[in-house]
Amino acid sequence: MHADPKGVLTGVHFLDGDHACCEGTLAAGARFSAGYPITPSTEVVERFAWRIPTVGGIFIQMEDELAASIAIQGAVWGGAKAFTVTSGPGFSLMMEHIGYAAMTETPCVFVNVQRGGPSTGLPTLPAQADMMQAKWGSHGDYSIIALCPNSPQECFDLTVTAFNLAEEFRTPVMMMLDECVGHMTEKVVIPEADQIAVTPRRFTKEPAETFRLFEPQSDKVPDMVKAGDGYRFHVTGLTHDERGYPNMTVDVQDRSVRRLHDKLAPIAKERALFEAEHLDDAEVVVVSYGITSRVAQRAVQLARAKGIKAGKFRIISAWPFPAPHIAELAARVKAFVVPELNLGQMVQEVERAAAGRARVIPVSHAGGTVHQPETILKAIEEAVR
Amino acid sequence: MNEATLEIPYEIPVDARNPVEPFVRMDRMPHIWCPGCGIGTTVNCFTRALLDSQANLDKVAVVSGIGCTGRVAGYARLDSFHTTHGRAIPFATGLKLSNPELQVVVYSGDGDLFAIGGNHFIHAARRNMDIKVICVNNLTYAMTGGQTAPTTPGKVISATSPYGVYEPAFNLVSLAEAAGAAYVARWTTYHVKQLARSMQEVLAKKGFCFIEVISPCPTLYQRRNKMGDGLDTMKYYKDASKVRHGARTSECDLTRSGEIVVGKFVDRDRPDYLELLQNQMTETLGDRYAIPEVTCCSE
Repeated sequence: MHADPKGVLTGVHFLDGDHACCEGTLAAGARFSAGYPITPSTEVVERFAWRIPTVGGIFIQMEDELAASIAIQGAVWGGAKAFTVTSGPGFSLMMEHIGYAAMTETPCVFVNVQRGGPSTGLPTLPAQADMMQAKWGSHGDYSIIALCPNSPQECFDLTVTAFNLAEEFRTPVMMMLDECVGHMTEKVVIPEADQIAVTPRRFTKEPAETFRLFEPQSDKVPDMVKAGDGYRFHVTGLTHDERGYPNMTVDVQDRSVRRLHDKLAPIAKERALFEAEHLDDAEVVVVSYGITSRVAQRAVQLARAKGIKAGKFRIISAWPFPAPHIAELAARVKAFVVPELNLGQMVQEVERAAAGRARVIPVSHAGGTVHQPETILKAIEEAVR
Repeated sequence: MNEATLEIPYEIPVDARNPVEPFVRMDRMPHIWCPGCGIGTTVNCFTRALLDSQANLDKVAVVSGIGCTGRVAGYARLDSFHTTHGRAIPFATGLKLSNPELQVVVYSGDGDLFAIGGNHFIHAARRNMDIKVICVNNLTYAMTGGQTAPTTPGKVISATSPYGVYEPAFNLVSLAEAAGAAYVARWTTYHVKQLARSMQEVLAKKGFCFIEVISPCPTLYQRRNKMGDGLDTMKYYKDASKVRHGARTSECDLTRSGEIVVGKFVDRDRPDYLELLQNQMTETLGDRYAIPEVTCCSE
């Protein structure tokens, strides 16, 4: 299925990442957003509030992030594609409903334009310190998908991807921007609507009498319905059986929690999104994501100019973590260098995947600005010494 | 007693089944509510209101939060959502706005709607969101064992107020009126006819409607406070209730064992959220305004 042209602003634009992300939501078919203002993310919904009345949809500014993050799920069960947008402190408040979306398999998108923390931290300055929170922030065992754009163009492209994955896997998807990517302005090309692939909701063709809302199909993902269509279905955050009825037994808990986790496994493996360069002869691989990947790019260039066999692995789908790809590299490179705007989050995943077969060198930074390429270069040099 | 005496020696004719059965997920019976609890009584009234209003049940959705009343959604044979603690109203807001032809009913308890969810209640009332809120007020947190709620009257003993409640309680009907609700009523579970009629009224009324139902929790509230059992509570409701339609809601505070003012207090017409939205957009955007088509299509 292709994008509905009503929402697609085809053309060549000069947009910041937040605005490009908004255009991505519209192209993907989102017609409902609920938000709460927070720097540096608000521009996404400001643009949505400006655009949506002429496209045909609704923006509502809610009373807090708790409300915004559950209002979008009400809208999804009403039949809409929906999303919300926030930054660190608001992301913390949304955690409960990320868990609810995972448990109830509600397809929706959470955009987090990361700023420095903890707490109120650095409202206007970048960090990448919510990466573990995106995966583990809500209680209980669950999985989500998280994508990390590194440019305004990707803010557009990956937002469309985020909605498509949400629908395909019936899962919440996190768009993990950072303040730099959200606020940098670059060329953004928005294709014709018929060039943008959009995944429709997996509405069932089963009649109400036999349909079961949480019965997995062959891809481990159940089909869906919306309210008002006569299915008289039930949705609960309690552990539930295939009918959606509460069933708090060890057996049902085991099979449903494992399925919620396992259904996203392809994203770690064959469906992983990443960008690789110079890996064929690489002795050291810089693993990075988001804004840091653009600094890392420069560091790899500088290293190559010095004759060091440096390669690049840019993570785009951060969760589920592309561990098999890192493990494959670990068998043939000396070391990984992992710069990130936090004290060491995704580097732990790299270490886990490398499992001691290659050195893993973190290049941590508490946030507020980006790394210097030379800092990353120094780590590359140390890695091959 | 021998088992044979328990058998009913005749067949129950089909038309003698309880008329509310088609509205209830009978495959989930028995329910979890205690003997003497009032929640089931309110559900009975609600199903009768649905019956009498001849609502298209495919277009009625029930949204609940967490707690004993939060379980109503799970028993209603309707599109039903058991959401997170306190967030039934914002969920219902999204549901209603994405699919406005739905009649969205929020059915939850006092702790859920007015402690953890209090902020959402006042904002939905302010916006005049077209949702119907039914609050079963048992004056306590029942599911978790009878702790103090923002509605628990002074002097009452609770699990977390072992020496008696001393903080003032919310007056829910006054709060609802002040926040902008289009319709505000209060009944007790003794007033089944009146309650069902109020429910029928709100199903026909546009805007944010609020019904408070004072309801017993014999297990955790009445027993702990030596107020007797379910039947004693019904007698109290019968004797202490005064029907005063149009009463000033600010004078409708509840006390431990005093008068309970019941009736319809507010019934006013205000443009609802969607109407306000569409008026504003039409005024400023004219022909450029696209009527929302929020629902996404399948392939």
